[in-house]
Amino acid sequence: MEQKGSSWDVVEQALGLGQMEEEGLPWALGVVLIEDRVETDASFLLHQLLKRSLSSNPSNTIIFLAFSHPFSHYDRILRKLGCNLVVHRENNRLVFLDMRLLQCPDGDEGKTRESGLVALYGKIRKTIHALPDDKKNFVIIMIDDVSLMEVAANGSLDHILDFLHYCHTLTAEFKCSLVMLNHEDIYSNMERPTFILDMEYLADVLIKAEPLVTGLATDVHGQLMVLTNKICHGQGSSRNKKHNFHFRVKENRVEYFYPGSRT
Amino acid sequence: MAESICRTLRNGRLEGEHAAALTIKDTIASPFGFDVFNHVLSQLSSFILAGKSQSRGVVVVAFTRSPSFYVDLLKRRGIDVDASKKWIRILDCYTDPVGWKDMLIECGSLSQEASTTARLCKDVRDLDKMCSSIVELGNGLIGQVKGHFSVAIDSVSVMLRHASMTSIADLLNNLRGHDQVSSIFWLLHSELHEVRVTAVLEYMSSMVASLEPLNCSANGQRSELERVSLLGPKGKFHVRLKRRNGRVRVMYEEFYLEHSGINFTSLSSEDGLVYQGLVPKVQFNLQLSEKERDDRAKVVLPFEHQGIGKPIQIYDGRKSLTESVNEATAVSTETLQTAGDSSNGEIIYFRDSDDEMPDSDEDPDDDLDI
Repeated sequence: MEQKGSSWDVVEQALGLGQMEEEGLPWALGVVLIEDRVETDASFLLHQLLKRSLSSNPSNTIIFLAFSHPFSHYDRILRKLGCNLVVHRENNRLVFLDMRLLQCPDGDEGKTRESGLVALYGKIRKTIHALPDDKKNFVIIMIDDVSLMEVAANGSLDHILDFLHYCHTLTAEFKCSLVMLNHEDIYSNMERPTFILDMEYLADVLIKAEPLVTGLATDVHGQLMVLTNKICHGQGSSRNKKHNFHFRVKENRVEYFYPGSRT
Repeated sequence: MAESICRTLRNGRLEGEHAAALTIKDTIASPFGFDVFNHVLSQLSSFILAGKSQSRGVVVVAFTRSPSFYVDLLKRRGIDVDASKKWIRILDCYTDPVGWKDMLIECGSLSQEASTTARLCKDVRDLDKMCSSIVELGNGLIGQVKGHFSVAIDSVSVMLRHASMTSIADLLNNLRGHDQVSSIFWLLHSELHEVRVTAVLEYMSSMVASLEPLNCSANGQRSELERVSLLGPKGKFHVRLKRRNGRVRVMYEEFYLEHSGINFTSLSSEDGLVYQGLVPKVQFNLQLSEKERDDRAKVVLPFEHQGIGKPIQIYDGRKSLTESVNEATAVSTETLQTAGDSSNGEIIYFRDSDDEMPDSDEDPDDDLDI
């Protein structure tokens, strides 16, 4: 019988999370981009990372920008994973920003349009500044759906990229991490999917969730590709490594395993 | 080749010519352009420090990394950074490219600190101002003495997002033509832009270094990404050098990434052999390009059935079509039932003409008088 949660270890190993925590370092992941498809929703990765970051290191602070679901949704899911978000929110370890009502009014000037995003950036920055010095480096910013952010910004991709760039400056300044989810297939019809490419250039770690290439299977729901581009931590760096996993979504947890390791 | 690029940048401009310019271009399938950029920057820096190069300082225009990243990078490569104030200046277009932090300062939620090596650029859309800041920083480096400096731009792709192609071309041309600029190089992610943009930038540079995955038979770019990652951080490094007289040299070597940085392995030390991989040995083009292959697949061959989805009826020369069909079905019902599928194993027989009756018993030679 396998231990519960041990299958998540393979993903953690790929990201090098365990090693960073052993050395008492923050998650120096940089920018993590999770790309999923309609057939394989990868939001479970966000839940897993959220739970992991809250439960492992007490210094970690999460700033969660929710564009797709309200707090109650995440609370319910994380409760099943054994993590109480309400308590964490009360302890200020989780800063939950419900952005579903964010509207960037379509004014005459570009300024009014980007003002919503500027304010959001200001809010994130203020939150980090308000933290005590020893916790400033342990911040993880999560965006649950970049494509809905695009909707909020009236489809102005440039402003989204500007916003992401400013979040990137935060990762450089405070060594915090940025985890974001986007959908690959909504850009597939474009002649040059520059937006998703821009995001891929920005990302230090790329996680792709795709349906199984060989077709549908009963015991495998999809495959994950973890591509670490630029992670550097401690002495060892795992640069340009690629890991492949299969996953199976169960009622309360997700199993991850190497292809072929389970029959 | 990577060496010869650095050497050309080191030697700088010739009297009365434009500055040496290098475009480093990569794609998502082989996204290591930034490593090459860092390699070139650190090589050039060590040349400058050793006093071997024409330029006496370098101005880095930083769009995608913070100034402190570059300082750390040079430190890691064992380059004396304490003296850096004398030979490096960074125009910081990273920290606040479109002035959002400025907007927030007005609201009173931010504070800022100043630095000696770096200068903050708060509006990357104003290229005239940027150009003058670059020149100012460069002049600050070389002082009053007549000298030269180099310029490094770490992402033209980001510039292109904020400003138009023409204004960027104008900026780069101005820098190339500036008397004090000895060499200039920039990084470009070619997939993010139209082909013509890449072409314009390549025209403006005397050297183009492009990074390609090792195995590049053209499937979709998505699968390319996966393939290169399987092969590990390796790839082909193509260099195109343009001489003043118009001669173009194309060379290539392979690169692989290590923890410490990027490494190049030339395929052969002899110059002649370098061409081997590029110039075909036969004068015929034996391979097909992707487009040619597509076109070939579209050609309808004369013997192929051309009715779309419908069965083809071929006139056999003696009966009307409907008749023959009826007859054929009448005759072959039995065989059909056994064979199951009428389209399999069918033989279509063409008769030459109606002159000759089928299966006539008469001897064809009986009118001969033998």
